[in-house]
Amino acid sequence: MSTAAPPEVQAAALDQDSLAAVLRARWDALKGGDVGSLPVIVGIVAITLFFTSKTNIFFSAVNFSNLIGQMAGVTVIAVGVVFVLLIGEIDLSVGYVSGIASVAVAEFQMAGSSHDFPGLVAIGLAILVGAAIGAVQGSIIAFFGVPSFVVTLAGLLIAQGMIINLLGTQGVIGIDDHQVLDVANYVLTKNTGWIVAIVFTALLAAASFGTYFGRLRAGLPTGNIIVTTFRVLFYGGLAFAAVAVCNHSRGVPLVGLIVVFVVVLFAYIAGRTTFGRHVYAVGGNAEAARRAGINVKLIRILCFVISGSMAGLGGIILASRLNSVDLTFGGGTLLLDAISAAVIGGVSLFGGRGRVSGALFGGLIIGMISNGTDLVGSADWIKYVTTGSILLAAVTLDTVARRRQAAVGR
Amino acid sequence: MSTAPPTLELRGVSKRFGSVEALTDVDFEVRDGEVMALVGDNGAGKSTLIKCVAGIYSIDGGEIFFEGRPVVIHGPKDAAKLGIEVVYQDLALADNLDVVQNMYLGREIHDPLFRLREAPMEQRTAETLKSLAVTTIKSVRQPVATLSGGQRQSVAVARAVLWNNRVVFLDEPTAALGVAQTRQVLDLVKRLAEQGLAVVLVSHNLSDVFEVADRITVLRLGRNVGVYERDATTEQEIVQAITAGAPAQAA
Repeated sequence: MSTAAPPEVQAAALDQDSLAAVLRARWDALKGGDVGSLPVIVGIVAITLFFTSKTNIFFSAVNFSNLIGQMAGVTVIAVGVVFVLLIGEIDLSVGYVSGIASVAVAEFQMAGSSHDFPGLVAIGLAILVGAAIGAVQGSIIAFFGVPSFVVTLAGLLIAQGMIINLLGTQGVIGIDDHQVLDVANYVLTKNTGWIVAIVFTALLAAASFGTYFGRLRAGLPTGNIIVTTFRVLFYGGLAFAAVAVCNHSRGVPLVGLIVVFVVVLFAYIAGRTTFGRHVYAVGGNAEAARRAGINVKLIRILCFVISGSMAGLGGIILASRLNSVDLTFGGGTLLLDAISAAVIGGVSLFGGRGRVSGALFGGLIIGMISNGTDLVGSADWIKYVTTGSILLAAVTLDTVARRRQAAVGR
Repeated sequence: MSTAPPTLELRGVSKRFGSVEALTDVDFEVRDGEVMALVGDNGAGKSTLIKCVAGIYSIDGGEIFFEGRPVVIHGPKDAAKLGIEVVYQDLALADNLDVVQNMYLGREIHDPLFRLREAPMEQRTAETLKSLAVTTIKSVRQPVATLSGGQRQSVAVARAVLWNNRVVFLDEPTAALGVAQTRQVLDLVKRLAEQGLAVVLVSHNLSDVFEVADRITVLRLGRNVGVYERDATTEQEIVQAITAGAPAQAA
């Protein structure tokens, strides 16, 4: 294999990397229906401005820490949902599967019972419970071809029934294991917070510039160095700003770090590994993926395993936050919030399009609306109507974008 | 023709579906560097023949030879191992993936940790497209959904070349294309043969066939009608062979 692309390709590469060309390409993509993260950014800014004008608590350090805690569970669950949506399926069971994991972690750590495991073991086991449920559902979907809508609807009901059964006699289990409680309640020291921001920015810079110079050496189009630098500075700056705001209050909540870690890890898996590539292929054209020799069934099952595991982790976070588990766990708007977060974050319900980071942005939007309406003291109906409207707008945007993209080709 | 054995040869191949004989005692061959057209009316057995060679169906009778050696094709993997690639009519591309991702779909270059190595994949994609003179694709990083029908077909064909396949079956490659795009794909078919591949063109369109094919195999109702040299036959003769059958000429 040669080490560099032919000169013609290199010349073309230089040509398409000028700032003007990069911006023009972005504009073309926008016209072609690829709106990228634009609507999400606009949404976040608009919501911030709106609630800041209503109450001065909204844009405060204390509330920012609160917001992180409130959105963490849903966001982690949404990360799992992204994978299921990417293969063009749906998982309606994530709400109650997270509830099962909540009950499981509480059960496993229960002092004085026969299974009084250390906190971290209990957490690991609860995630495994979620993964196992996902594996069973995914297998039924992959091997028997039963629509995921029905399988996970059944899973939803079964999981709900199991929660009632498990909690039936006492109705509530308290959590007193320190490690389990730390998940949602531990706060990093201020210096640790700064170190996290430094490490995050360093890793981001290493990854971005590593890719840049790797492609430069190979003589491939690199994208514009100014754009790359700007992106690193922007997200690095965001990390430092977040830490600064948190430190102004109590410090960075551990759960915020967990969320970022989960998002970065799965974004990496989706974007940079063969598994991730195959997930997108199955979502885009399952038949093409099968003909290309991809084990489509295995990919489907693994996506549901990821969905189940992340529902499990989300459930642990929610349980840890409330220090106890009761019959309301897994219910309410949790399922719809998680799916909405993924969709609002730009993940297509039709499969094959979207990013894992969408779960973070979608979770942030939903968390901000919920947090803001509570602060302002609006009635619950306003929260539901607003979230519903934004979800509708996101799905409509996705559908229109898809049609536009199809119209550009052919 | 050279004296070397054909790259791919079918002798007396039969395929039954219940009581229906889809292929009866069919012979077929294609050599390196030639474009062999496979023509016939609907139900003549073209698709069945392709699927037998691609390993989707197993044959009920007869033999398949690859470079003179008898081979057994049990599944798509056997066909792929021999270097037989079928580019299907309905385009086995994932619309949401870009050109590079589609070219390497299922065979991505990765390190031991399954991390993708994009640079070599992108380089070789660009080189392969260039070697086939596919110049209309602006960027190999654009999603396939944004390509025209001809460009998409080009990508599907280029994938066959990238994987050093020996025999490429093109199933109705121009069926859904406009005039300019058909031209583009037919040129591509010729270049495939010039690169030394054995190319089988399955088509209803006789003007396409006469433009690029060296030889023409005609099937009718699951049986051989004959093999015709392009230069020694006429469209009229082929049409007659397709519709009414004709005494087989020496193949």
